[in-house]
Amino acid sequence: MTDNATTWDVVIVGGGNAALCAAIEAAETGASVIILEGAPLEYRGGNSRHTRNFRCMHAGPLSVLTDRYEEDEYFDDLLRVTKGETDEHLARMTIRTSETCLPWMEKQGVRFQPSLSGTLSLSRTNAFFLGGGKALVNAYYNRAADLGVAVRYEAQVKHVDIQDGVFAGVDCEIAGQPTRINGKAVVLASGGFQADLDWLARAWGPAAKNFLIRGTPYNRGVVLKDMLDQGAESVGDPTQCHAVAIDGRAPKYDGGIVTRLDCVPFSVVVNRHGQRFYDEGEDVWPKRYAIWGRLVAAQPDQVAYSIIDSKSIDAFMPSVFPPIQADTIEGLGQQLGISGSVLKETVERFNDACRPGVFKGNELDGLATDGIEPPKTNWARPITEPPFYGYELRPGVTFTYLGLKVDDTARVTGEGGRMSNVWAAGEIMAGSILGQGYLAGFGMTIGTVFGRIAGREAAAYVA
Amino acid sequence: MSLDILNLTDRTPTEEARRQVEICNACRYCEGYCAVFPAITKQRAFADGDITQLANLCHNCRGCYYACQYTAPHEFDLNLPGILAEVRQDSWHRYAWPGAFAGAFQRKGTPIALALIVGLALLFLALTALRPASGEGFYAYLSHGGMVAIFAPAFLLPLVAIGIGLRRYWAEVGGQRITFAHLRDAVAATANMRNLGGGQGQGCNFEEGDRYSNRRRVAHQLVMYGFLLCFASTSSGTVLHYGFGLEAPYGLFSLPKLLGVPGGLLLTIGAGWLIRLKLKSDRDLGAASAWGGEVAFVLLLGLTGLTGLALYAATDTALVGPLLAIHLGTVLTFFLTTPYSKMVHGFYRLAALIRDAQVRL
Repeated sequence: MTDNATTWDVVIVGGGNAALCAAIEAAETGASVIILEGAPLEYRGGNSRHTRNFRCMHAGPLSVLTDRYEEDEYFDDLLRVTKGETDEHLARMTIRTSETCLPWMEKQGVRFQPSLSGTLSLSRTNAFFLGGGKALVNAYYNRAADLGVAVRYEAQVKHVDIQDGVFAGVDCEIAGQPTRINGKAVVLASGGFQADLDWLARAWGPAAKNFLIRGTPYNRGVVLKDMLDQGAESVGDPTQCHAVAIDGRAPKYDGGIVTRLDCVPFSVVVNRHGQRFYDEGEDVWPKRYAIWGRLVAAQPDQVAYSIIDSKSIDAFMPSVFPPIQADTIEGLGQQLGISGSVLKETVERFNDACRPGVFKGNELDGLATDGIEPPKTNWARPITEPPFYGYELRPGVTFTYLGLKVDDTARVTGEGGRMSNVWAAGEIMAGSILGQGYLAGFGMTIGTVFGRIAGREAAAYVA
Repeated sequence: MSLDILNLTDRTPTEEARRQVEICNACRYCEGYCAVFPAITKQRAFADGDITQLANLCHNCRGCYYACQYTAPHEFDLNLPGILAEVRQDSWHRYAWPGAFAGAFQRKGTPIALALIVGLALLFLALTALRPASGEGFYAYLSHGGMVAIFAPAFLLPLVAIGIGLRRYWAEVGGQRITFAHLRDAVAATANMRNLGGGQGQGCNFEEGDRYSNRRRVAHQLVMYGFLLCFASTSSGTVLHYGFGLEAPYGLFSLPKLLGVPGGLLLTIGAGWLIRLKLKSDRDLGAASAWGGEVAFVLLLGLTGLTGLALYAATDTALVGPLLAIHLGTVLTFFLTTPYSKMVHGFYRLAALIRDAQVRL
């Protein structure tokens, strides 16, 4: 392979947002840079291709962002979702840096658009990419190409060669051919391990085999595992992944945004045995969205069914798959593959517990059930008007938390202390800051901030 | 749509477009590109007429294709600009009147070439048969009365045919009474080809894959404004002739020439440029089945400009006769094929923009 002969200044492992930001920053200093993207060209960009926005601090209106969103509020939002599982120093540094990232992104060719219909609640905090994450990825690849960055697709890195804390090269397969790529510095930006179902099953239990993976099938954590095996310090709970409840008919991998289902607050949710198991009206959906993955994962066969009637069918964003439809609750149950009579009984018990009141779909309306367990504490309207609709729910895994521990220069630490020329950025280190929970658009913020830092630091090291 | 989402065979273009549009409606990442996506989000279910409207509203800028996370090899297999282009072609075919000519010059280049040969032959024949005894400029070869006898019906009949097609379109998409505000909005969108602007003026994704460029937008406007200038030139000549008794030939600083010469130049250059860009683009993101017909149509349109300029350049030479026949034959062919060629896209797209304005305003 011709790649054998070259020693690159900076080797970038991965080809998503963080990898590209690192490559661009490094190449802008004149360093020779190669990107090793595990996916083929059509699927390049890792999970970034499924993203849609970037959470950004701003003191006043900035690009498409309205009003202001300042450091303390941003950090409070992060504290709330992580329940303290964060590193305040790194988190605040990330938040502060996000404000300077947005203009930088625009300079690289990334375009933003106003908040999408149905997401107005995010117009102040999150800048949406025109066309979504794949358009962002395309813009970065074009910018990288203009800067002379080399890109190898289908380049699966198997081993990062580090001797006494010093990186020398990676062993990989490029389009199936074993290849050695030598470099003076490396940025590891190859994502988490959520696409490796065996790993998920080891961490979570055999139920994980029934999980759907919402993003790229190429994030299998090979590099992460290789680094951990070599004694790199880790961060984040190795047993946890972030999962949401999605349409059970979604593809096993890469279903992305269109498989989400927003009908839960307007429904009753039952398990395979036709029984309810959690308060469907606990809070507004964006805040509850993230917990239903776990709830469904804990049910038999990791499946649940969301049941609504014709009053609610237009109350939420359409899903990519049409609902199962029937004129009776029993009929719906049969079509969903659960006992029609049990479902009828569950729905009737729920209906009897509903009280009169004013339904307000866009706010916590306090329209709660009375006398059933679990209760439904908002939006509890009886399910009475045919046709009735049902959606199958399954856990959809978005990302994993286990990652490499980094400092504020994105440097990786090994058994012998900070490695001299190994940096990490993106999902592979995001657990350092987002140790639990989920904050919309924050993954892209971490990737951008740390990708840029890693690229600059690596280039400065080789200069 | 149902779970046969993964079974891509045996669907009409409209059914396939509906499958894709429903996926887009669950995603909405492309809202900022053009008028199509905001129109999609206004609905949850899409009747055939809705799909026809979206198809004619789509300007084929392709931004959504390159941004899409669901294009092949993904199993959702989205190619929205491609399928909407096919639906668009089908809709023009369906609306064409009389039906016997439907699609005659739409998808293949050869019929246009044959039509051109016939058009040229007719004009050479006319020039031979109707040669006037006297006359100035090109009236020495074909009298004003002869021209009117040929071109008045050749211009008006296609307009009638297009009018009938547009009425059918309007009924299918559920159009309402048109107000000045609707018209103003649609004409403004046409004047700067807003929907080829990528939403922010960065242009479309045509000849350079996922890189934005305004070349196609500019080339298209050269052709459009060139065509309109040429049309204005001919109209001004008619007005001068009948209104003021001023007959051709006109000098360089006359209205017909001041409009016609720049018009011809824009038309010729723009058409050549458009074809160059088209050759570099990915056929499968447009109406692949109509590629030949589209290229031939642009060539024919460019030829009307080029032959007009050649005719003017040949003033007072022996070439005026044959060049007049070639130019008029080209124009005749262009007019007569208009209701059944790519040229109808302009009419239907304007109608779609007006309809879109009705929904938005």
